[in-house]
Amino acid sequence: MSDAPASSSALLSFNNVSMTFDEGTKALDNVSFSINAGEFVTVVGPSGCGKSTLLRIASNLEANTGGTCAIDRNSIGYVFQDATLMPWRTVARNVELIAELHKLPKSERQRLAAEAIELVGLNGFEEKYPRQLSGGMRMRASLARSLVMKPKVFLFDEPFGALDEITRERLNDELLRLFQHEGFAGLFITHSITEAVYMSTKVLVMSARPGKIIASFDVPFAYPRNHDLRYEPEFGELCGKISHALRGAHE
Amino acid sequence: MNTANTITNPVEEVIPDKTDRFSFVDYIGPIIVFVAFIAVWYLLSSVVLPEQKRFLLPTPHKVLTDGFFVWHSGERRGLQPILLSLWDSAKIALIGLSITIVVGMSLAVLMSSSRWLERATWPYLVAVQSAPVLALTPLIRALIDGTRTQRLLVVVLIAMFPIVSNTLFGLLSADKSQHELFTLQGASKWTRLVKLQFPAALPNIFVGLRISAGLAVIGAVVGDFYFRQGGVVGIGAQIDVYRNRLWGAELITAIILASTLGLVVFLFFGWVSRRAIGKWHITNRGH
Ligand SMILES: Nc1ncnc2c1ncn2[C@@H]1O[C@H](COP(=O)(O)OP(=O)(O)OP(=O)(O)O)[C@@H](O)[C@H]1O
Ligand SMILES: [Mg+2]
Repeated sequence: MSDAPASSSALLSFNNVSMTFDEGTKALDNVSFSINAGEFVTVVGPSGCGKSTLLRIASNLEANTGGTCAIDRNSIGYVFQDATLMPWRTVARNVELIAELHKLPKSERQRLAAEAIELVGLNGFEEKYPRQLSGGMRMRASLARSLVMKPKVFLFDEPFGALDEITRERLNDELLRLFQHEGFAGLFITHSITEAVYMSTKVLVMSARPGKIIASFDVPFAYPRNHDLRYEPEFGELCGKISHALRGAHE
Repeated sequence: MNTANTITNPVEEVIPDKTDRFSFVDYIGPIIVFVAFIAVWYLLSSVVLPEQKRFLLPTPHKVLTDGFFVWHSGERRGLQPILLSLWDSAKIALIGLSITIVVGMSLAVLMSSSRWLERATWPYLVAVQSAPVLALTPLIRALIDGTRTQRLLVVVLIAMFPIVSNTLFGLLSADKSQHELFTLQGASKWTRLVKLQFPAALPNIFVGLRISAGLAVIGAVVGDFYFRQGGVVGIGAQIDVYRNRLWGAELITAIILASTLGLVVFLFFGWVSRRAIGKWHITNRGH
């Protein structure tokens, strides 16, 4: 379904969304929340609770069996867990791909791709092939590819899950800068509570399958955030509360 | 664009391009094998074979002097007639291979887009692949006029399977998430084929091409044994003549040149493959 978002400021809203797969797996149960412009919402929850399903419904890769999901489908950026670059394309040509699929003229998409490459700091690597890049750089290229069309809503399915701690923290900062610069609304999935708190304006905790939202935490820290924030007492306290809720979710 | 917000120092290292350096090891192997091959040949032709059977396998130097170094003698002896018939077979192999590529890849595209068609066609492809095509010669002769067409058909039947199976496998090899990326942009089936499935299939397509090219040469050569009517004939027919007349040196010369054709075709497609996909494709070699 592609209803327009209910309230004018909500770019994405789930209203009592449920999902039961064909063979009877109930993945989501009455999920309701919405994301406004300028919000960055992160969902944490036990493995297999339906987090990816939530994103797949939002992007119409999957059709929900109950409730409604309102989003502007023409303005979605989707970042997969793996970079999903085309190995036969150079970085520049990979970043152009989505613009190309939208049939933008060549000069236009090259210009947009160059901008996006600059934004993620991959300048100088335009002519490299994915196999020549490190995991972190591939992820940047993947981010750049989604940035090209300047989506209003960005969906991230554990984009940094496969990266080492240092690279992950660096990319966290870069993504936050992009978030502030581009002003999109973000829906982010992660298994890391620290990452969730560091990135978000709000953290939602999902229960084990069938996934429901069982807790919601507003994150009070102002942007831009500094990586030392992770060692502030308030930060740790919030992480503790979320961890506690998550423990409950596993029961 | 606000450059203050850009990130300018990715510290992760770029993995350097591993270029193929000249390596002695790559050349010493084939040379050793070649020397061993010649040695075994001498052993066979001048020690192992009984005296009265040695005309079947002349020594290497005799093959050179009586086969390769004779340009033209008698009606069919010498290098020139061998090369002419080799050229005739090469043409059959190449035309047959071209037909195989067009038909085989089209079939693979159709099969990749329809599970039903894949199911329906697959058993018959496997059957054709394992059928002794040459046992069908009477049937082929009865159904099709013209030795040229008959020879082409043999080439196509023998070379078809690797092209179809490898192309199909390649077309189906793109990741689920790569497909979803295209789905998210509302890409058409055609766009998906051209921009995702076909490039993803290229490494497999080249594997299929190399195998099929070798088979096409074999098909052209053995097809000659069964389909010919005087006049200029293929290398297979030429070999058959030498075999019947027990002309050992010419026979071996013709066989070596026929194998060389296969080798050249194989190397050619290897070269094309490296040119086309070498930049991005990683072969699964540990080093
Ligand atoms: N296409 C499908 N058909 C049937 N069941 C599915 C399908 N996709 C997901 N599921 C099931 O739905 C449940 C939720 O899956 P989902 O991938 O959304 O979980 P997740 O929260 O993203 O897990 P993880 O943290 O491991 O990524 C799982 O039990 C999964 O097996
Ligand atoms: Mg998931």
